[in-house]
Amino acid sequence: MNPMLHAIRLGVFRGWTEFRQSITNRSDQVWIVSINGIFIAVMLFQRDATIPGTDISLALATLPSLLGMNVITGGWMTTATVLSAEREDGTLLRAKSTPNGMIAYLVARIVLSSLNIALGFVIFLTVGLTVLNALDGMGPGDWSILVAVLVLGLLATLPWGAIVGSLVKSSNAGFGLSFLPISAMIAISGIFYPISGLPGWLHPVAQVFPVYWLGLGMRSAMLPDEAALAEIGGSWRHLETFGMLGLWAVVGLALAPRVLRRMAQRESGSAVEERRQHAISGY
Amino acid sequence: MTVTGALGRSQGVDSSDTAAIEVRDLRMSYGSVKVLDGVSFTAQRGEVLTLLGPNGAGKSTTIEILEGFRRRSAGEVRVLGVDPAHGNEQWRAQIGVVLQSWRDHSRWRVRELLDHLGRYYLPYSTPDRQRPLDPDELVQMVGLGDQATQRISSLSGGQRRRLDVAIGIVGRPELLFLDEPTAGFDPQARREFHDVVHRLADLEGTTILLTTHDLDEAEKLADRILILAGHRIVADGSADQLSRQVSGQTEIRWSRNGERYVHSAADATGFVRQLFAQHGEEIADLEVQRTTLEDTYMALVQRYESGVPDQPAGAAATFGGAR
Repeated sequence: MNPMLHAIRLGVFRGWTEFRQSITNRSDQVWIVSINGIFIAVMLFQRDATIPGTDISLALATLPSLLGMNVITGGWMTTATVLSAEREDGTLLRAKSTPNGMIAYLVARIVLSSLNIALGFVIFLTVGLTVLNALDGMGPGDWSILVAVLVLGLLATLPWGAIVGSLVKSSNAGFGLSFLPISAMIAISGIFYPISGLPGWLHPVAQVFPVYWLGLGMRSAMLPDEAALAEIGGSWRHLETFGMLGLWAVVGLALAPRVLRRMAQRESGSAVEERRQHAISGY
Repeated sequence: MTVTGALGRSQGVDSSDTAAIEVRDLRMSYGSVKVLDGVSFTAQRGEVLTLLGPNGAGKSTTIEILEGFRRRSAGEVRVLGVDPAHGNEQWRAQIGVVLQSWRDHSRWRVRELLDHLGRYYLPYSTPDRQRPLDPDELVQMVGLGDQATQRISSLSGGQRRRLDVAIGIVGRPELLFLDEPTAGFDPQARREFHDVVHRLADLEGTTILLTTHDLDEAEKLADRILILAGHRIVADGSADQLSRQVSGQTEIRWSRNGERYVHSAADATGFVRQLFAQHGEEIADLEVQRTTLEDTYMALVQRYESGVPDQPAGAAATFGGAR
């Protein structure tokens, strides 16, 4: 029995179990339903508006943008919050005290994030299919772009979630330091409102972050070509999309193992206890 | 008991001829704060060792270094023949860890988690030590049979600790670390836990190192007691040996003509012989009691905290070796 392969299998099982626990947990269900309900409501309100300069429904543009946002919340935010919370409650130390437990733990993080993202995809695509007829015009080329953006987007965001989750001191900070910046990134990324309608000085800022490129990549896969006119430069800019997401992925994947290793080395019973005391006295 | 360079190489391969734990001149400081200053002790395979000491004496630090969770500042440490700072996963598979305050995996169910965590040990199963323990037997063993399908978040404090012990032993460790395992236990849970420890030590041959604040528990469980105070081991021996060494006095109580008497003597047997020679049948209610572990402990710790560090260090060294 190869211990490494064995650990990866256990990690997949672990990630799946955590996902199962999440979707059967009442407070998680409330969160999933309400947050996605809001997004679906946004799309329904946008049905009659059109993308500036075209006669394409604004809701149709929001759908792929939401798919892009779903990648960053699932990849970055979930990983950061889960990792910081599980450092605090001792799950990570448990993994460390189990043979090959850290490998399985990291695999579980990837699996759980992927499953969360998949869940978002199923929800949004179902709405797209039934209410917006969004998927009619998509050919095999469009689908392969969608999958490529999805996979690259996961690679570009998940390591950063791991980095943030490793560096923060508490689970509150883990949530705050991922939720707030990501909300800000989303706000300026053209997901809920076309970026061409935002002030010009925000354009370069938005284009630094992966959220914008995830949204653009998804839109390029799902929208008719003439919708590109509403984008910066009037083009889908595939080269830039894959280049920027690739850059985030390369830097994140290069940094994450080092940060994770350093964080894991420091985990000990007294470190967990100290954070617990800190969390208790914080309230 | 010399530590040779060769010990570290064959990680976890049969090294049953070596001691389970060997610590020599272990030093640890955080910045300029000294926590451990020359700690040395050895645990033989199958031995149950209790580490006592006031809060902040460095018990947890010592255990964390042995567990491989913390890097030491200086000194020689071998755990199952391996330097814990460089222990690999095979080494890790032979060690069980129970910490003070786990709160992890609250959404899992008891048996489900034991089954899952046990599977990590499968690649390290050997013909003479099958790993892991069966999760159904394990829940029975720690008295969680009725809670097997409950969510962990719904367990009481004592049940949660028993689950932590179960997780600590699911891989059938050769060496088990328990950091204050019975804090918050009611007397019955404590008794059941002691049975589990005895069973592990007797049937499985597990070496156990535990910390506790409960001196009664230390006396019941431990083959040997180590007392950590003033950054070093100040006493090392069985409860009997410690009390003999520290006070050298035995307490004798008796009554004569309805009056009660108490006397402390170094030679209790001689004193009692004299007592009977003098008063014969008038003596009643005779009790001869060696100093309790609590008295011994208090005496030792007070001696160190009041800052007389060097005098008893020599005495401490003779405990282990003398008997």
